[in-house]
Order: sequence, then structure tokens, then C-alpha cells
Amino acid sequence: MGKFFAITIFVIAILSAIPIVMHTWEAPADISTHGHLIDEQMSETMAEAGISFLAAQLLLAFFIWQFSNRGTESKLKSFPGGARALVIAAVLVVGVEVLALGVFGVKAWAGVYLTPPSADAMPIQVQAGQFAFYFRYPGPDGKFGPLHPERINEGSQEFFGLDKEHDVESRDDIVTAEMAIPVNKEVHLLMHAKDVGHSFFVRELRVQQDFVPGLDVSLHFTATKVGRYEIVCTQLCGLGHYNMKAYLDVLSNDDFNEWMKKQAAMQ
Amino acid sequence: MHDTSAHAVQHHAPTSFIRKHVFSLDHKVIGKQYYALALAAALIGMVLSWIMRIHLGWANAAIPGLHTLSPNGAPGGVLTPEYYLQLMTMHGTIMVFFVLTTAPFAAFGNYFLPIQVGAEDMPFPRFNMMSFWVTFIAFLVLVSSFFISDGPTLGGWTQYAPLNAIGSSGGPGQGLGVVLWMISIALFCIGQLLGSLNFITTTLDLRVKGMSLMRLPLSAWAWFITSCMGLTAFSVLMPACILVILDHVAGTSFFVPSGLVLNDQLVPHSGGSTLLWQHLFWFFGHPEVYIAIVPGIGIVSHILIANMRKPMLSQRVLIYCMGALAVLSYMVYGHHMFVSGMNPISSLAFSFPTLVITIPATITVLIWVFSLYGSRLRINSASLFALGFISMFVSGGVSGFFLAQPSIDIMLHATYFVVGHFHMVMGVAAMFGIFAGTYFWFPKMSGRMMNETLGKVHFWLSFVGTYCIFMPFHYLGLAGNIRRYSTFVDDFLQPLIPVHRWITVAALITGAAQLVFVYNLIHSRFWGKPAPDNPWEATSLEWSTATPPPWDNFGGKHPVVYHDPYQYGVQSSVGDYVMQASPEQVKTDHEEK
Repeated sequence: MGKFFAITIFVIAILSAIPIVMHTWEAPADISTHGHLIDEQMSETMAEAGISFLAAQLLLAFFIWQFSNRGTESKLKSFPGGARALVIAAVLVVGVEVLALGVFGVKAWAGVYLTPPSADAMPIQVQAGQFAFYFRYPGPDGKFGPLHPERINEGSQEFFGLDKEHDVESRDDIVTAEMAIPVNKEVHLLMHAKDVGHSFFVRELRVQQDFVPGLDVSLHFTATKVGRYEIVCTQLCGLGHYNMKAYLDVLSNDDFNEWMKKQAAMQ
Repeated sequence: MHDTSAHAVQHHAPTSFIRKHVFSLDHKVIGKQYYALALAAALIGMVLSWIMRIHLGWANAAIPGLHTLSPNGAPGGVLTPEYYLQLMTMHGTIMVFFVLTTAPFAAFGNYFLPIQVGAEDMPFPRFNMMSFWVTFIAFLVLVSSFFISDGPTLGGWTQYAPLNAIGSSGGPGQGLGVVLWMISIALFCIGQLLGSLNFITTTLDLRVKGMSLMRLPLSAWAWFITSCMGLTAFSVLMPACILVILDHVAGTSFFVPSGLVLNDQLVPHSGGSTLLWQHLFWFFGHPEVYIAIVPGIGIVSHILIANMRKPMLSQRVLIYCMGALAVLSYMVYGHHMFVSGMNPISSLAFSFPTLVITIPATITVLIWVFSLYGSRLRINSASLFALGFISMFVSGGVSGFFLAQPSIDIMLHATYFVVGHFHMVMGVAAMFGIFAGTYFWFPKMSGRMMNETLGKVHFWLSFVGTYCIFMPFHYLGLAGNIRRYSTFVDDFLQPLIPVHRWITVAALITGAAQLVFVYNLIHSRFWGKPAPDNPWEATSLEWSTATPPPWDNFGGKHPVVYHDPYQYGVQSSVGDYVMQASPEQVKTDHEEK
């Protein structure tokens, strides 16, 4: 039975690795300027984790094969290197490997979070609430008007609580239910939670960030490929969580300007 | 070390049924009560997972009987989105708290820690009895939320703020359901704090003559280290739960900031912090992962040694590794919060200890695997589950490489990759530790042997089945499949539904296999072959006493310890081992400490 167990571990380890090697299930192609760093980090980690997984499982299987049910006459032996060799190996090989991963990973993280957006990045405010995203563009004046939460009234389509009568900066603000951005233009996303925690996740853009009620959070990114992508919520926000989504349209400059005009006319 | 006799026991052999079996002060009865509670909780948690899995595979399927249980939550037997989330929350809470904490730590620890140190009982038997009954009440309070008008909370076992504090306007179950959840968990924390105090004092003060700390079996070390974690982790979660209750009933705003709008109404709170909850919760939550798994590490080591017929390559290194895991577990909790809005520099600060924790974990695995080298490995149900534990620990551990890195977490956070990771390492591995412990110690606890054939059937179905369930979770996560969705309506999630169906079928079969275990447990308890005192030819003190042990553990005697816990592979009058309590001198390769 020991040998059969060893074979089972061997087969499971190999079968588990096949979909990874064959790339059967993986993230869609990256459409951001920073995403390649995350993808490279992912590949390197996959290689190291994969080797560690296979090495440990196969070694376990091999020793079970070799040493199970040997009977009482067989001679007991100890691994010649002893525990000291294993500790040194773990520290040197695994420790250095994972720390190297961590050090190199800083670059990918910094690309998203530790560099400020450029001065000419396009600001867009996104508000998350149960169970929809709404987007606000500052309009020709380039400024967002202040929010007045007490004025929010979804029935009358007042999603952000703007006071266009008194706040001059709000008058040209453009509010939409879908997000459109121009290709190859940096976007500075200002994230606002209306009620509870939510999240903004676009797989192709390699961005995921929580909305934190009571806290201003922002993100910046540049999309490099025209197309339509799904924005989904990944933070459990209530019964409609599974259905909280919006679309992101990455448009050419001309198409974006056209879209913006249309949206402005609809306000 | 101390002589136990004088202070260990303040109580005498009970005579009434109530004192013997219900409100018992005997640590062994309390251990069995914890085991029974964990078993009942595990069965409930498993049925909840079946319902969720059927819904995830076939969203419109009517589940027989569910309509009767909750006409609103499952009209016509089909789950509503909110009821899915409520079941999911209860599944997670029941499994993490009432199974993975109670069985390996509170159940086995209660039963065997005093015996393994040679004590007659714990130093505070009344606290010990309270610890179980408070935990039992906590379980009843949690389950009672199924029967209130809008059902249990839907906020997940992590209960993130401010959803946990804004009341019923946040959704079904977010009013009274949350309050019951918080009361339940606060009570649970009290139970575990009382238990931890007992475990720590038992280990430090009640060891018999000759039982130095380094002569403690690895399982005893694991329970001791776990109780130190329990004392510090649960004492943070308990006040956090109380603060949430105050936000509900006393008008405070610990976790709700100003300016929130629900149903077009301003929420009447201001000044709270939503991230505060996450810090408090995860300061408990990450050590909790190790509270679930460290007892398994100790139990599996203890069982493997008896079945390898030789000690581990280094007992000391394993103890240091368990200690390192415990200490580091407090320094890594922020890796749950990389994309939470926490300062991005903090994410890097939490990333490095998370990566460092792989070192003691790797050393532990290497010690286990290379200790198999040259052994006379006996294959039985207990050792199969112990070896299966190692395989699962590795599989669940390597996915930690990914989740330790903030940049990769951008892609994997809140996906099924995370669900696969923690199910594999703290769910399945910990369960395998519980099963290994059960097959190993059942004879001592009940006086009867378990059926080996059924044990092996249970093992094979569980081992292959859990890989069929949880490996695909990782693949789904790589493809971006988000967790905590009741139905997959997004365009990119539709093609992944066949994978969910595969997982559902595997989960139903693997779950059904657990019924083999339950049958074996109950059947063997009454009709199993009578067990000898030391069926595994093992060395530690629990095998020196009668089966099952008398109420004072050693029948009025005080054992004296002469040896390290694992004197195997030696020549002695009884075979290839010498028991800890045997004065027989042994020529041995390994140095006595």
C-alpha cells in the first residue's frame, strides 16, 4: 500500500502541474504600461513555486516508496546530512529565493503604488455603492465640484450628491455609468466609497484596489489597447455583490472625444 | 520541572451522571466534548458547503428540502444571492472557529496534554469546564441566527467594516445576525482564553519528575505554542467584537466613518475607521491560521515518529520552527490587506516577514521528508493521514509564495486562488491532522480499535478527492475567478462554470466519504475490537497508562520520566522502543537531553 500511495502522490503532482505548464487557465493579455512587471513577477514565482512543489512531492513519494513496510529486520538509517544540512539548505536555497522574489517584486509594486501620477494624468472619479459604479469627469474646467452626501438621491439620478446650483465647479462635471478612457493616456482614478467597502478590479489592466469608506484612495494607470473590458467588484459588499460590474471602454483619442461630447450633452 | 502530585487535582472521582459526562471537570471528558462539538460542527459546515457547491455549479438547481429550511432564502429550493452569502458566512465561521480550532487544539490538547506531561488533570479544572460550555453556548448562539427573521449575517467570516456595523440597511442579516455573530465569537474567545491559560500552566507547572521541556513530545510542544498564540490572538478579537456590538446597540462609531449613504439616507454615524477593524481582525486572523495548523504539525510529527520507528532528524529544530511560525504569524497579518487602501509602504513591510515565514515552514517539511529516509515506515490509517498532511501542507504552502507578494496580490487577491490556498493549508491539512490524531488516539480514548479497512477507504477517497476539489480552485484564481460570488454573471466568468461543476461533483463525493469516517467512529466506539494499552508500540506517557485512562490518568501513581520522548530503533526488553516512563537503560545513538 505504501508503494501505491507513493505512485498516487507522483501522479497527483504531475497532473496538478500540467494545466500550469499548458497555460490552460490564466489571466488575459496585459493592456497596461505597468502590467508586464507584474506578469514577469508572476512567471518567476510560478517557476520557483512549481519547482518547490514538484521537488517536495516527488521526494515525499520516493521516500515513501523506498521505506514503507520494510519489516523489522531492515536496518534503520539516518539521512547522512542531518538536520543541520537541511536547515542550511532551506535558508540558502528557499530563503534566498523568496527574498530575491520579494526584492524584485518591489519594482512591480512601486510601478503601481509608489510613483505619483504625472501632472497631466486625466482625473476620473469613480464612486462605488451597493451595487453599481458611477464615474465623474471634471469637464472643461478640469475641476471636480464638492460632494454633498446628503443630496444623494438615486431615484432622481443624483448619484454623487452634486449641488450644481451653488457649486460652480460642479456645473460642467459629467457623470456616467460606464467608464471610457483614451488609449495611451495616463488616468488618475480617484476612488470614493458611498456606503460600504467595494473594490475596482480590471484583470486586463492589472489593477485591483479596494474602495475604503471614509478614506480617499487613488490609482493611476495607462491603457495601451483599445477594447471593452469588465470592471468588477471584488470586496464583499452585500447581496448584489456578484452582479456589481461596469464596462471600461478604452477608445482612440478621437472616439474618446466624441464619447465625451455625447456624455456632456446628456447631462 | 515539578512533581505534579500536590497541586494538580482539586477534585475527586465523580459519581453522578451529570458530573461524569455533562459538567465534568475531567480534562479527558472535556476533550471528548470538544471533539463531539467539532464533529457536529464539521458535519453542518460540510452540508453548507454542499449546498453552496451545487448552487455554484448549477445556479438554478432546486435543492430538495432547502425550501422548508428557509422559505425566503431558498424559494422553491433555489438559493437567493443573499442566502448563498449567509450560508457561506456560516460555513467559514463554523469551520474556522468550531472545527479547526476546537478539534486539533481544544479536543486533542485537552485530552492528551495533561497525560503527556504526566499530570492528573489541568490546574484549573473549573475554568476548563467553563471553557467548553462557553464554547458550546457560542456555537448555539451562532446557529440560532439561522432561525431569526432575516437570517444570519452575510458579511463573510472576516466581517469587514463598515458592512458589519451599519445595521440591517446593509442587507439581510446585517442587524441582529451580525450582533449574534459577534456575541458568539466573543464568547468563543473567552472559552479559548480559559483553555489557553490552562494549557500554558499545565505545560509549565505540572510536568512530572524527569519531564524537562525538551523531553515533551512534539504534540505537547505544539499545543503549548498554540495556547500562547491563543492567549494573545483571542484577546484582541474579543474586544473588537464588543466594539462592533456597541456600534449596533449603543450608538458608537468605532468602525463607521461619516458621510456614508445607504438607501439615499445618511448613515447616522461619524468618526470611525473601517481599516481599524481589518487591523484588529487580521492581528487575530493570521495567528488563527497557525492556531489551526500548528497542533497538526505537532500531532503529525508525533504520529509519524511512532510509525517510522525512529525519531525525527531533530526534535529541537522542529520545536524552534513551530515557535518561529508562531512569532512571525503576528508580523505578517498585513498581507491580507495589500490592496485594502493601507499605506503601500506598509504592504512591503508586511511582505518580507511573510516571505521569511516560508523558511521555518520549509525546514519543517524537509525535516519530515528526510526523516522518512532509512525508516521502517508502517502504513496504517493514522500514518497515511499524517503523510497526506505533509503533501497538503506543501501544496497549500507553495501558493503562499504568490500571496506574500503585494504586486502579485493585485491579480490574485479575493480570487479562488486565495480560497484554494487557505482551504488546502488550514482546511484540508488541518483536517488530515485531526483524522490522523483520531485514528492514532481513538484506541486510547475509547478503549477500542477503529476499523483499519474503513480508515483506508476514508483516506483514499479524501486524499484524491480533496486534490480534485482544491487544485482547480487555484486554476480558477489564476483566471481571475472572484470569490464570494453567488452566481457567475460576468462575461469572463461564464467559461469557468464547467470547472465549478467538476469541483461540485468532487466535493459531493469527497463529502460523502466523510460519512465512512463517521460510521467507523460510531461503530468502533461500541463494537470495535478491544484496544490494548499500547497498540502502536509507542513511547510517550499516554501509552504508559491504562486504556482508557482512569479518571486521574495514572491510577494514583506518579510516573517518572527517564528518557526523551522518542526512543525508537533501540534494543530493549519490549521491542524496538523504550517508553519514557521506563527506567530501562538503553544504548542509543541519539543523545539524551
